[in-house]
Amino acid sequence: MALLEVDRIHAFYGHIHAVKGVSLQVDQGEIVTLIGSNGAGKSTTLKTISGIIRPRQGRVLLAGEEISRLPPHTIVARGVGQAPEGRRIFPRMTVLENLEMGAFHRADRGDITADLERVFTLFPRLRERRTQAGGTLSGGEQQMLAIGRALMARPRILLLDEPSMGLAPVLVEQIFAIIQDINRQGTTILIVEQNALMALSVTQRGYVLQTGEVVLEGSAANLRQNELVRKAYLGESS
Amino acid sequence: MSEETARLERIGVSSGWRSKAPVGLLAAAMAVYPWVDARLGLQTLGAMLPICLFVVLALGLNIVVGYAGLLDLGYAAFFAIGAYTAAFLTSPISPLPFRTDFWSAMIIGFFVAMLFGVILGAPTLRLRGDYLAIVTLAFGEIVPRVFLNLERWTGGSRGMNPIGRPHLFGVQFGPSDRIAWYYLILIVGALSVWAISRLHDSRLGRAWMAVREDEVAAASMGIDLVKTRLLAFAMGASFSGFAGSMFASLFQFVDPSQFEFSISILVLCMVILGGMGNMYGVIVGGIILASFDRILADRLTNWIHGVGKAIDWPLLLSIDLTNARMFIFGLALVLLMLFRPEGMLPSRQRQVRRDREGGAVAARLPRPVPTEHEAATEG
Ligand SMILES: Nc1ncnc2c1ncn2[C@@H]1O[C@H](COP(=O)(O)OP(=O)(O)OP(=O)(O)O)[C@@H](O)[C@H]1O
Ligand SMILES: [Mg+2]
Repeated sequence: MALLEVDRIHAFYGHIHAVKGVSLQVDQGEIVTLIGSNGAGKSTTLKTISGIIRPRQGRVLLAGEEISRLPPHTIVARGVGQAPEGRRIFPRMTVLENLEMGAFHRADRGDITADLERVFTLFPRLRERRTQAGGTLSGGEQQMLAIGRALMARPRILLLDEPSMGLAPVLVEQIFAIIQDINRQGTTILIVEQNALMALSVTQRGYVLQTGEVVLEGSAANLRQNELVRKAYLGESS
Repeated sequence: MSEETARLERIGVSSGWRSKAPVGLLAAAMAVYPWVDARLGLQTLGAMLPICLFVVLALGLNIVVGYAGLLDLGYAAFFAIGAYTAAFLTSPISPLPFRTDFWSAMIIGFFVAMLFGVILGAPTLRLRGDYLAIVTLAFGEIVPRVFLNLERWTGGSRGMNPIGRPHLFGVQFGPSDRIAWYYLILIVGALSVWAISRLHDSRLGRAWMAVREDEVAAASMGIDLVKTRLLAFAMGASFSGFAGSMFASLFQFVDPSQFEFSISILVLCMVILGGMGNMYGVIVGGIILASFDRILADRLTNWIHGVGKAIDWPLLLSIDLTNARMFIFGLALVLLMLFRPEGMLPSRQRQVRRDREGGAVAARLPRPVPTEHEAATEG
């Protein structure tokens, strides 16, 4: 059974049909990407999984249990953690406080120190800056904080919306290397990305979204070879 | 800095005497005030009683506006509900078939106001933030009017009087027992300060802060937005409720005109003036504004009239600061927003923001709360 199963969901903004019957699966321990151009419906799909948007049709299952009718905070508690689009750091809280907010829903407050340590090991920069206000961090540091904060929830599956957005190429590679580390340490990950090349080089499988529909899916290696993907997303003009 | 000191400093434990000293000083000054007042012949103790009650009101509204970032424009309605609850439960002219003592009435006033907070907040807090402002504005207009029109039970504009008094270890709380009242209100105020600072440092306090800062992020941290906001709103209402019942008993009289819109605005000004979110700032802001309202406006007017007579300048005699109160509050607020938009004593969080954005920006009133739908799609 897949850890996360999205089953033919339809999501709307008023009359705008943003997601049209998207289905996808992420197995335990996998790292999977969802790519597509601007406005394809990637963020909407993630928001539907995390319960911020209710699907008008279709279901989302976590380890076989339906979560698509639950409120967002319950879905977080079930183990779906996310770093939302645009990072959304709490600007006036310190780095440490932001990370503690990540663990908000957890009852086992005692174990938080261990998780903090883990985040600081993954992102040494955050340790240096732990008393700095979140809003004064650089864009890259904020991205690290957003990922770290999502990890603090100890999610069974981590949803990342465009972790590379606005980052310098070196930093993008660094962030993706860390994401791979997180995955190797046992967290299942679903990444939404514009940077298809990068996303397909670190993930195992991928889905290609176009105007609200999945048009292609397969192993990352196959997608990288695919004609359509090469033309549309990897910027090749063969 | 070690992890531990960072943590302590953050929750304000080890920040030492520097931050504790002004608080202790304020508490000491408040404690000896009746003596100072008598010694200097200021004759302000009577006015200090409502001033201190208004500070308690401002502390309650600060939970709603400062901590949770919700704009409540009808806070006086809950004050009225608390006051009338006390009147109904303790006044001999009450239409109810039974009476309670004052303390029970105060506790019931607390819960009745909270109940109305929940009834009003539960449907409204699901909507956008500006709807809350509109709904509370309307509620603030409706409540006094209802008390006015339910003449058979409330006496309408004639009001209700007398109202039950507190009893405590044989101490009298009559209209002239100002010192007893003063310390009673001071103790209630101190208990409120203690309770609110506990709340602020609690898990719920954290959730309020997070929701105020970024509600989409807060939701993705597993915070129940509606419940968190509702708790702030209802708790703010309940503070207003018990302050209202004390107010009724203190003046031995309630009538609908005591709870007009201007009262809601006055309390809101106290919160903004002092520094939204910072409890001590709010106390100072409350004392300043309420003293102006209750003492200074009157005395300054007399003084100006005296000067006018002495130098024979009739223009001065036409000045009446008590009528210009709202104008002066408005002016003070505009000046404050221009020069110190986070209030006199900003909360730590707001200070950071000031540093980041480089000083005076737009007013730090709560942002409109997007609907779930919008929140979902922002960014
Ligand atoms: N709040 C909203 N109201 C109306 N339409 C919206 C709203 N949010 C998104 N949309 C529309 O839904 C569609 C999908 O948007 P979505 O944010 O999911 O795209 P995306 O794939 O994440 O794009 P990007 O890579 O640019 O972030 C777009 O056409 C967008 O215009
Ligand atoms: Mg997007």
